[in-house]
Amino acid sequence: MDIKSQISMVFHLDKCIGCHTCSIACKNIWTDRKGAEYMWWNNVETKPGTGYPGKWEDQDIYHGGWQRDGSSIKLRGAGKGKGLANIFHNPKLPMIDDYYEPFTYKYLDLIEAPESDDQPTARPISLITGKPMDIKMGPNWDDDLSGTPDYARNDVNLKKLSPTEQQAMFQLEQMAFFYLPRICNHCLNPACVASCPSGAIYKRGEDGVVLINQDVCKGWRMCVTACPYKKTYYNWHTGKSEKCILCYPRIESGLAPACMHSCVGRIRYLGVMLYDADQIHSAVAGAGSDAEIVQRQKDMILDPFDPAIIQAAKDNGIADSTIKAAQESPTYKFVKEWDLALPLHPEYGTLPMLFYVPPMLPVMASVSSADNSEQAKKMDPKSKFWDDNWLYDTSTKDIFGSIEDARFPLEYMANLFSAGDVGIVKAVIKKLMAIRIYRRWKTVGDISEQKAMAALKEVNFSVKEVEESYYLTSLAKFGDRFVIPPAHREQAIEMLEFTGDAKGSVGFGTKRKPERGS
Amino acid sequence: MNVLDSFLFIALPYVALLIFFIGTIVRYRATKFSVSSLSSQFLESKSLFWGSVPFHFGIIILFFGHLIGFLFPDTVLAFNSEPVRLLIIEISAFIAGLVLLFGLCMLLYRRLSNERVAVVTTKMDIFVELLILAEVVIGLLVAYNYQWGSSWFAAVLTPYLWSIFFLQPEIEAVSAMPWLLKAHVVGAYLIVALFPFSRLVHVLVAPLHYIARPYQRVLWNWGRKEVRNPSTKWTQHRPENT
Ligand code: SF4
Ligand code: SF4
Repeated sequence: MDIKSQISMVFHLDKCIGCHTCSIACKNIWTDRKGAEYMWWNNVETKPGTGYPGKWEDQDIYHGGWQRDGSSIKLRGAGKGKGLANIFHNPKLPMIDDYYEPFTYKYLDLIEAPESDDQPTARPISLITGKPMDIKMGPNWDDDLSGTPDYARNDVNLKKLSPTEQQAMFQLEQMAFFYLPRICNHCLNPACVASCPSGAIYKRGEDGVVLINQDVCKGWRMCVTACPYKKTYYNWHTGKSEKCILCYPRIESGLAPACMHSCVGRIRYLGVMLYDADQIHSAVAGAGSDAEIVQRQKDMILDPFDPAIIQAAKDNGIADSTIKAAQESPTYKFVKEWDLALPLHPEYGTLPMLFYVPPMLPVMASVSSADNSEQAKKMDPKSKFWDDNWLYDTSTKDIFGSIEDARFPLEYMANLFSAGDVGIVKAVIKKLMAIRIYRRWKTVGDISEQKAMAALKEVNFSVKEVEESYYLTSLAKFGDRFVIPPAHREQAIEMLEFTGDAKGSVGFGTKRKPERGS
Repeated sequence: MNVLDSFLFIALPYVALLIFFIGTIVRYRATKFSVSSLSSQFLESKSLFWGSVPFHFGIIILFFGHLIGFLFPDTVLAFNSEPVRLLIIEISAFIAGLVLLFGLCMLLYRRLSNERVAVVTTKMDIFVELLILAEVVIGLLVAYNYQWGSSWFAAVLTPYLWSIFFLQPEIEAVSAMPWLLKAHVVGAYLIVALFPFSRLVHVLVAPLHYIARPYQRVLWNWGRKEVRNPSTKWTQHRPENT
């Protein structure tokens, strides 16, 4: 057993309101630079939808991630052979137009335009060429566009659904969507690291953050292909690749990453998990099916209260403070104790350490027919005409009855969070439902105690667990949501005789301006 | 003429080599960030394929062709003693030159015609491409006008090049060479001298070590088993990621 610690994240999708505050916080700090305008290390997608870059989940197009290959695994579109053979021209590199051409507006024209009969306009200009352009796509171009033929219906996760199921999803009254915020997953088996010919990308041993050394990167662009989540980006100006750094300078000083700190819906949790690094390879290579990876990844995560594990962790150099943080970690609770969070697209084989609590609400509510004539009569006929005879129904007659006739087929959720295995997602949604039924008994009271307890029993949840998960979901304070272990920077700093002589290597920033070469 | 020859074939190579070694080392150490392939594929991919792939394969074949002639002249001469083999080498080298020429023309055209690529194009990029273009065209003319180059290169030019490296330059043989060939040699020195100032540096950081490396890379601040041991010296282990 080789115990390591990893900073991991949980995003609770039911709480995301799609405000994009996280994206803006990230952009303002990190990617508001030439060459990085198009990058959104944090982006929020509307699902169903094609996402950013377009159709990123379709690995038949982008060839990202790992593939099981007999008893081993190999990179699908990169690796030693393919990477070096395609180094002069990478056939699977996403292009700027797959993201969007960054633009601004000629605002000065509004002020400096000479007097005339027409209003002056600020024309859009490309941030690459500086010339006027027609905007064809932009950040969050398909925001909230569920049901549209160009976006929602091209969602790759719908591919495996039958045409009738797809049709049903996009009936007007059935239509639903939810938001999927994405950052780099800081994977345990990162495809980006493995694909880098220069060896510029590395995983930090102490906390598992995946970084690209900008001095070592030579712009071979293989990581952009290899990351199945498309979370490494090529800076067209500096000729270097960049990615989410999990705000490591903030984490090292005990602050939550900017996206998490600013999250309006408070959907984000961050904490440490201990895991067994010896199982990384076998978790992917030894899995009989893609869906099995979900369980195997969970099995790698170790119990931080087990004395044997604690001892082994100490022997491996993990700090006491880190072990303590692992015991208090909200992510450990969500992922391992309560089984409420799942990785996004586990089938890519990178063992992502960002987990999602799948959304329930827009999905579960059903549309039932109802006689609304009494209601309609109450309305002022002059101002509003209303003859709808259906009701947006979130009540629960049978305990878990509505899961089966959810507005989204469960297969869709399963394609996102459990490599197509409906059972896994269903178990999670049932648990989420049970928490709600329990709370409804407590607060509203139109559900009997008996029914609430029956629901808990069926999903194997104790009252303590359900109260805790309710607290962490709904009431958690800053310190509950972000349990950040001290970074022990002294270890990095003490090693330097003169802190100036190796700047850039231990988080001091760099000595020189990062200027594009000639 | 002799003064000029001495300058071109004695002074120039030494100056070029000096600039090459000192310049690339200084650039790599002082401004590591600036060392990159500076790929523009992200902005334009289709015509890059028709330019970059033939260009790179062509130039690699020809580079190693020249290198073998330089390192193992006797083997090359022995190999060429059979006319069929000589013919095969001659023809394949010429084809490689044509492929390289085609790729280079595509690259140059792409740089000049594509708006987006123009944004990431410097004057130096154009200058380097034109210089290589001239070198390739002259090389092809040499090959066409003065056949069996693989043999006479090994017999005449290799001794001259070796004499440069042994610090006893003998230039009689090159001085007697036709001016076309002289231009090819001088062009090569100019290209060598341009390495530190242009994107040519990326050649020196070709990631061949990737083949020998394990796929995953994990870096620690400190030897992680020793970190809890108070007796380990803080100077013992330096950060690996420099
Ligand atoms: S999400 Fe992509 S960029 Fe991030 S660690 Fe995983 S493979 Fe690398
Ligand atoms: S800030 Fe939070 S709630 Fe808003 S879009 Fe981002 S993740 Fe969702």
